[in-house]
Amino acid sequence: MNPEQMNPVVLMNPAGSIGVDEKYLILTAFALMLLVVIPVIVMAVTFAWRYRASNDKAPYSPKWDFSGKIEVMVWLVPIVIVFILSILVWRSSHALSPYRPIASTVKPIRIEVVSFDWKWLFIYPQLGIASVNKLVIPTGTPISFRLTSDTVMSSFFIPSLGSQIFAMAGMQTKLHLIADKSGTYQGLNTQFSGDGFSGMHFDTIATSNQGFQDWVKQVKTGNGVLNDATFKQLEAPSENVPPQYFAKVKPDLFGDIIRKFKPGMGQ
Amino acid sequence: MESELFGKLTLSAIPYDNPIIMGAVGASVLIGLAILGWITVAGQWGYLWKEWLTTVDHKKIGVMYIILAGVMLLRGFSDAIMMRSQQALAFAGAPGYLPPEHFDQIFSAHGTIMIIFVAMPFFIGLMNVVVPQQIGARDVAFPFLNSVSFWLTAISAMLIMVSLGIGEFSKAGWTGYPPLSELQFSPGSGVDYWIWSIQLGGIGTLLTGINFFVTIIKMRAPGMNLMKMPIFTWNILVTSVLIMLSFPVLTVTLALLTFDRYLGMHFFTNDMGGNMMMYPNLFWIWGHPEVYIIILPAFGMFSEIVATFSQKRLFGYHTMVYATCAIALLSFTVWVHHFFTMGGGANVNTVFSIATMIIAIPTGVKIFSWLFTMYRGRIQMTTPLMWTLAFIVYFTIGGMTGVLLTVPPADFVLANSEFLIAHFHNMLIPGALFGYFAGYGYWFPKMFGFRLDETWGKRAFWGWAIGFGLAFMPLYLLGFEGMPRRLDHYVNPAWHVPLEVAMVGTLFILAAIIMQGIQLYVSVKHRVALRDTTGDPWNGHTLEWSLSSPPPFYNFAVIPKVDALDAWTDMKERGIAYAQPARYEDIHMPKNTSIGFFIGILAFIFGFAMIWHIWWMALTGALGMMLLVIIRASSDDVDYYVPAAEVKKIENARFAQLKSSPQAKDEIGHGTFPVFVQPQV
Repeated sequence: MNPEQMNPVVLMNPAGSIGVDEKYLILTAFALMLLVVIPVIVMAVTFAWRYRASNDKAPYSPKWDFSGKIEVMVWLVPIVIVFILSILVWRSSHALSPYRPIASTVKPIRIEVVSFDWKWLFIYPQLGIASVNKLVIPTGTPISFRLTSDTVMSSFFIPSLGSQIFAMAGMQTKLHLIADKSGTYQGLNTQFSGDGFSGMHFDTIATSNQGFQDWVKQVKTGNGVLNDATFKQLEAPSENVPPQYFAKVKPDLFGDIIRKFKPGMGQ
Repeated sequence: MESELFGKLTLSAIPYDNPIIMGAVGASVLIGLAILGWITVAGQWGYLWKEWLTTVDHKKIGVMYIILAGVMLLRGFSDAIMMRSQQALAFAGAPGYLPPEHFDQIFSAHGTIMIIFVAMPFFIGLMNVVVPQQIGARDVAFPFLNSVSFWLTAISAMLIMVSLGIGEFSKAGWTGYPPLSELQFSPGSGVDYWIWSIQLGGIGTLLTGINFFVTIIKMRAPGMNLMKMPIFTWNILVTSVLIMLSFPVLTVTLALLTFDRYLGMHFFTNDMGGNMMMYPNLFWIWGHPEVYIIILPAFGMFSEIVATFSQKRLFGYHTMVYATCAIALLSFTVWVHHFFTMGGGANVNTVFSIATMIIAIPTGVKIFSWLFTMYRGRIQMTTPLMWTLAFIVYFTIGGMTGVLLTVPPADFVLANSEFLIAHFHNMLIPGALFGYFAGYGYWFPKMFGFRLDETWGKRAFWGWAIGFGLAFMPLYLLGFEGMPRRLDHYVNPAWHVPLEVAMVGTLFILAAIIMQGIQLYVSVKHRVALRDTTGDPWNGHTLEWSLSSPPPFYNFAVIPKVDALDAWTDMKERGIAYAQPARYEDIHMPKNTSIGFFIGILAFIFGFAMIWHIWWMALTGALGMMLLVIIRASSDDVDYYVPAAEVKKIENARFAQLKSSPQAKDEIGHGTFPVFVQPQV
């Protein structure tokens, strides 16, 4: 059974440290804002009830329209809360920037992600293999993603692990994630991209280092090759695509895909 | 493939094979024919033409805007029901009843219609009716331009309706992000319908913004300096500034996309040096101020309503004014928060995040001001006030989720999800639509001379309030469950129950909309009992309540002199409220003209022709419009004088009615505040 099915509220049950940090950030910001939200709701209900027209006992001051004390309070309290939130934003934006490598003693694995109509390609450049609509990663190892698109804009997101980022043609974005627990996590495109959008999801398998090595071996023994001919097939729009594996990948295919759109701009 | 005579248009553009679309087309056509037939049978064409279609009276133009918004609300809401039922059905392998290419059109049309053709015409209609009356003016600064604005908006809505039966609507979302909206990925007519309906309607809106800015700056009654201006008018002034500053950005952005699609240029394409991320930047430089263009007028309505029905002055008027201006200014500094996930970097994201959170400060202050307006008031639980209370509670929750979304790392997991859908509906339904409904009920007697039925009004209110909660609170949960927006089917079983609850909420809203229809019907039926004989049914603060309901076509027989912020309350307290002036003077008024209507027709022809590449027809439409503008600009026969004697006759009738009014004491008030003054003739 998928962890999503056991714990459907994935953002509150993250499987990686980035997701965990984001969960606590959301909860902290939420708690801070309740300091304003709860009083407002309580005041709305009590004022409306207490000063109802039929309640003659409540005081009535039709000309009262200003109070320096209240003015100071209603400006000051939100300002203080926004100030605290701003510090939180500054720190967390830098700490959880998708571009920031995850500090770890384990050497990160590089994965290049390309979005097509309507499937995802994952290239493992250090290993020379690739897969379509199946992402396999070792647990406890930082994953360093590079992303681009061969088509319209997409957004790459594995809710259980944390942050998403856009994939755009002719450009490269970066994302760093880590899975601390093994399991199968759903990955998606969240940026609407046309008719096949709803079927553009994939399973992410986070497994032990040994399990990952076994998978790599298995892929390498296959006979799929990602060359110009198979790339053409990938480029043709297709929906609900089952996983595919490639034992060999044309070198620097990822850079070629970027340079195709913006000559001279890929790295 | 293109023919010279018909461009890209062929008979195959009509989706005969799609029973759902053809059913909708058939129903729309039948309803249209029924209305036209009824007008013919009733022999009302002359009346309709003379009194409505060719009018330049701001009150009638306002009513036409509101009718347009109501019609388009039905269309936009039908789209909503279809989306909700599709998502309630299409899970665990079931495809639902809508194929993706149809579902994609529906959500694109829903967003476009609700923002551009419901929210905009609804508040523009109300401000047309109210603003000149609130500032003591007889019409807007440019009455003819006002008619042009309306007709441009109306025909743009018409273009969207036509896309139902001829061709298709955009499948690229209401924001139309390239490269998806480029010719390569959207070769059909849909994106072109989307572009041209927004472009033509947008020009109408821009002209309205200019019109109301000039009206408010130049045409206020003597004595009404800016800080004595009613709060609703203040909100409209700021809204007009936002329209003037932001709509040109939209026009240019869509024009660049048009160049890409029509002339093979490369502003936003993937290749040839195009940059698709320029588009979201430009789009949201318009789009974020647009959110406040929609919400600020509602804030103004809530402010008027909460003060009137608390039978009190508005708390912190000055603060309200400064907060409104601050919100407007800041609204131009936050656009990047719509795409934190593009990888702009931590510093960029932080700047736009903090700018966004700063907007929450003046917005929060406004909420406290409304609360302290109720404090020590005498609150009359009328339908408009109930909308206001529901707004305060819901909007605060929406504000909180908005601040959450603007914390970049939180946005990294919540962007593009159902959480976002929940958030912005949480801002726009309670924040804007509830306000317009409240304003509609509040000013309805001013428009038509009788009040709306309260019983059905409250029923409709509860339908909306409960329905909104059921329809959108589950979407917050779905966001935390990782569900992206715009899915036409899904496999995750955990998403199914919340989506079913949301569907039930939609049915509550459907019931509420039906009850609003019943409310209107019942009110018209009982219009004699509900008649507003004094023109001041709520014991209001501002000048529109000094006029009869509905007001005479010239509004003010004598332009009032304003001495205080709540000008009408001040007059009532000083006992000069109902004093009939000794003599009247001739009144200078604009003449009705059909040119605005015909400019609209030609704009429709132009837009339709551009969509289908029928160049000769587009040229005809464009030249025709120019010709009409030249004819109008060269004409001296645009105005006339109402003789003083006629004014006197109308006003005498008004004062006779006031004298015999059964409402000598305000019906729902307690007579304690402010003192009602008997007419002094």
